[in-house]
Amino acid sequence: MTTRSQAIDVSGETRARRSLYWQYMVEPFLYLSPAIVLIGTVMLIPLIVGISYSFQAIELLNPFNTGWVGLENYQQLWSDRKFWIALENTFWWTFWSISFQFLLGLGLAMLLNTQFYGKKLFQALVFLPWAVPTFLSALTWAWLFNPVIGPLPHWMVALGILSEPYNIMGDPEIAMWGPIVANIWFGVPFFAITLLAALQSIPSELYEAAEIDGASAWQTFTKITLPFLAPMIAITVMLRTIWIANFADLIYVMTGGGPANSTQIVSSYIFTTAFRKLDFGYASAIAVALLFILLIYAVILLWLRKKLVKI
Amino acid sequence: MSIARPRPLLIAGKYAALLGYLTFALFPLYWLLKIAITPDQLIFTEGTQLWPSSLTFDNFRTVLFQTDFLAYFGNSLYVSLGTAAATTLIAAGAGYAFSRFDFGGKKIIIAVMLITQMFPLLMIIAPIYKIVASFGMLNSLTSLIVVYTAFNIPFATFLMQSFFDGIPKDLEEAAMMDGCSRFQALRKVIFPLTLPGLGATLGFVFTAAWSELLFALMLISKNEAMTFPMGLLTFVSKFSVDWGQMMAAGVLALIPSCLFFIFIQRYLVQGLTSGAVKG
Amino acid sequence: MARIELRNVVKRYGAVEVLRDINLDVEDGEFIVLVGPSGCGKSTLLRMIAGLEPITAGDFMIDDIRMNDVRPRDRDIAMVFQSYALYPHMDVARNMGFSMEIRKDPATERASRVKQAADTLGLTALTERLPKALSGGQRQRVAMGRAIIRDPRAFLFDEPLSNLDAALRVEMRLEIARLHQKLGATMIYVTHDQVEALTLADRIVVLNGGDIQQVGSPLDLYERPANKFVAQFIGSPTMNLVPIKGRPEGVTLADGALLKLPHLPDSPDAIELGIRPEHIEVTDQGDLSGIADVVEHLGSDTNIYLNVEKLGPLMVRKHGNIPIRPGERVGLRIQPENVHLFAPDGSALRRASPNMAA
Repeated sequence: MTTRSQAIDVSGETRARRSLYWQYMVEPFLYLSPAIVLIGTVMLIPLIVGISYSFQAIELLNPFNTGWVGLENYQQLWSDRKFWIALENTFWWTFWSISFQFLLGLGLAMLLNTQFYGKKLFQALVFLPWAVPTFLSALTWAWLFNPVIGPLPHWMVALGILSEPYNIMGDPEIAMWGPIVANIWFGVPFFAITLLAALQSIPSELYEAAEIDGASAWQTFTKITLPFLAPMIAITVMLRTIWIANFADLIYVMTGGGPANSTQIVSSYIFTTAFRKLDFGYASAIAVALLFILLIYAVILLWLRKKLVKI
Repeated sequence: MSIARPRPLLIAGKYAALLGYLTFALFPLYWLLKIAITPDQLIFTEGTQLWPSSLTFDNFRTVLFQTDFLAYFGNSLYVSLGTAAATTLIAAGAGYAFSRFDFGGKKIIIAVMLITQMFPLLMIIAPIYKIVASFGMLNSLTSLIVVYTAFNIPFATFLMQSFFDGIPKDLEEAAMMDGCSRFQALRKVIFPLTLPGLGATLGFVFTAAWSELLFALMLISKNEAMTFPMGLLTFVSKFSVDWGQMMAAGVLALIPSCLFFIFIQRYLVQGLTSGAVKG
Repeated sequence: MARIELRNVVKRYGAVEVLRDINLDVEDGEFIVLVGPSGCGKSTLLRMIAGLEPITAGDFMIDDIRMNDVRPRDRDIAMVFQSYALYPHMDVARNMGFSMEIRKDPATERASRVKQAADTLGLTALTERLPKALSGGQRQRVAMGRAIIRDPRAFLFDEPLSNLDAALRVEMRLEIARLHQKLGATMIYVTHDQVEALTLADRIVVLNGGDIQQVGSPLDLYERPANKFVAQFIGSPTMNLVPIKGRPEGVTLADGALLKLPHLPDSPDAIELGIRPEHIEVTDQGDLSGIADVVEHLGSDTNIYLNVEKLGPLMVRKHGNIPIRPGERVGLRIQPENVHLFAPDGSALRRASPNMAA
């Protein structure tokens, strides 16, 4: 064999050495480089550029007003009432969405963790909303809330929730519930899948042991199931919160932020500012502010998790 | 768990809950389909009836043959398939590297990939627009494919890594002892075993690219380059009275996602448990 | 066929030294077993020989040619993995013939070699099955078939029997022994099971903590362990250790009794005495006595766990069925010719003993 004879003479040896070095040090980067290059150029560089935009005036509709403006965008943001409204809306939007998604998702996961007839088909069907394209979920729910063709307003009248069948997304007081309901519908499967996977990783011996020890169903749930799920729940809720806070598609399609900014969240505000007003400098300043807030949130949650979850 | 005696009330409650979830999940989609197949003249008179008194496929026919929807559909298919193929290929490489090698900087690269999943993507919508515009690539479907591919790589990489992790390292080593180069081992042993993983990743990425709206709105303005979501949205704002046709278009938009969903359903739990968590 | 040499071989992961200064000569056709507790580096050593782990320092040679940096595929060595590592998507025949497929050997030759190997291993009826349709023992055979079909210069086995149940393990052990007799090939075998080591090996290499403790034939290790670790690791049940004070002409046990040892050269620094359970006699005129704590009747043997005042626990194994009950006082005699003495650093003190040859 050629390699064997090569290994004897010195030059062959160094070549072989180089090939081993190549194999262990360089080769992984060969496989990684396309991913690194793309993420770098399409995500990281624009991220840095975006941060620099927030210190500039860049309005495509006003091409003469450009240049570095320091913190002007941020000062404007501080006194922008719309931004503060959007921030408050973001909070409620995220809070209600995540709460319902989590509780309903947990319920669904517990149901799916039991045995019943037709489970496979049931699972496929209840997970279906997750596969529906976002814009389509948004449109579907917008139509369902429309009193002309949707049944929901009429049902709400029948239940006494509304006095007459009108579109709740036209009422600034309750308009936010339109996108929230759509978001819950879309997000429950995700939580159910994640929690189901976590549930299935709990060894069944634990439940058997608990039963032998005489635990009630409720005790089993609070003493075994919940502590086991806790780390998974913490991580999922954290990531999901950030994701939902950033999730502007539903709101943009369903209400466009209206009426009277009552459904405008920060990320949809970023999009409207960039897309409608083409004011890139200000949009970037809002984005940096949002990023900052989410970062603080993540740090607090990670710290809490360290304090509370001991597993 | 409770083998003792099945309590009838509990059983009834369980099935009621199952039914509740099923209704909640399926009703909106059912309604979409129902309006799409209701003849125009019945839409208002039978507004909230659960089943129309007569059916029609006119709406589908109109949408398919008298509007630009087939073109939008084609654009979206091109973008989604292109994104899915490119992402899966690149992510398979990256996932393989993460799964099989220990190298300097691995932790940093993984951390950066995780962070890209956390920050608001909309944050880079303005810079991306400027960059794409400076290359003269606005209104090009290729630019959408490049952008979507980059967005989906981190998640797809973690997914592929979990599939590679599931293939014992011994197999590759056995192949190398049997005389394979690393690349031969990859092609002859690892690749055939990771086909389901590749399929699942393709499906995930396809669905994600198929639904994306906001970046497409920003980067595409010409009618002939519009993707399906954009087309549907402009359709909605232009002809906001033709409910039947809009819903028929919606049903059509649902088809590719649902097809992929049926295919990847099996891998959902497997893929999502393995660390990478994203919608 | 191959002669394998390791010269001052070292393996480090970063700052952690896994193997230190390993020197080993494996003769052509020899069956070498690497044995040691988990984490001793035996699998790493095997993988370095296979080429799956880079060698940090030192020389690794096959037939006098340095192979450190040769890729596994060019070393012409076959390996049987603990997990078998059968390719799940290939049937048995293709699994076994895969190396020939890679080398692009003619299909007819491949088929005949596969058939031959399948016949040898009793797999003829299974060649078209996928690995998932095989039992554990059958998978093990396929893994061996994959190795022998190549007619390699050397075979490596990485704990090949550890996933089998006890009966199959005995059967496959015999199979491997037969294979070695038939092929006469160089084989290196890793295990943590000392029975496998003692039954299969021409020579055993005992590893612990990254060092070779002793290399020798099974009987060598049993009769002349180089140190306390080997003494306790080889032999089942484990050797008893008793603290002593060394003095000329014998040793003093902790209870003050003097044990006369013939042919004791000079062992004042001995601090521990090792005696295997089968080398203690149960007799009324013994040097010591203890209270039986637990008695295990195995049929062919009886294991007696005793407590001896001031000495601590001792275990005695007697052939046959001995009617002793827990709580009884038992008189014991230590066979002086089978005593091992250990210095404070754990190394064995050699005794020039004429009757050790037995």
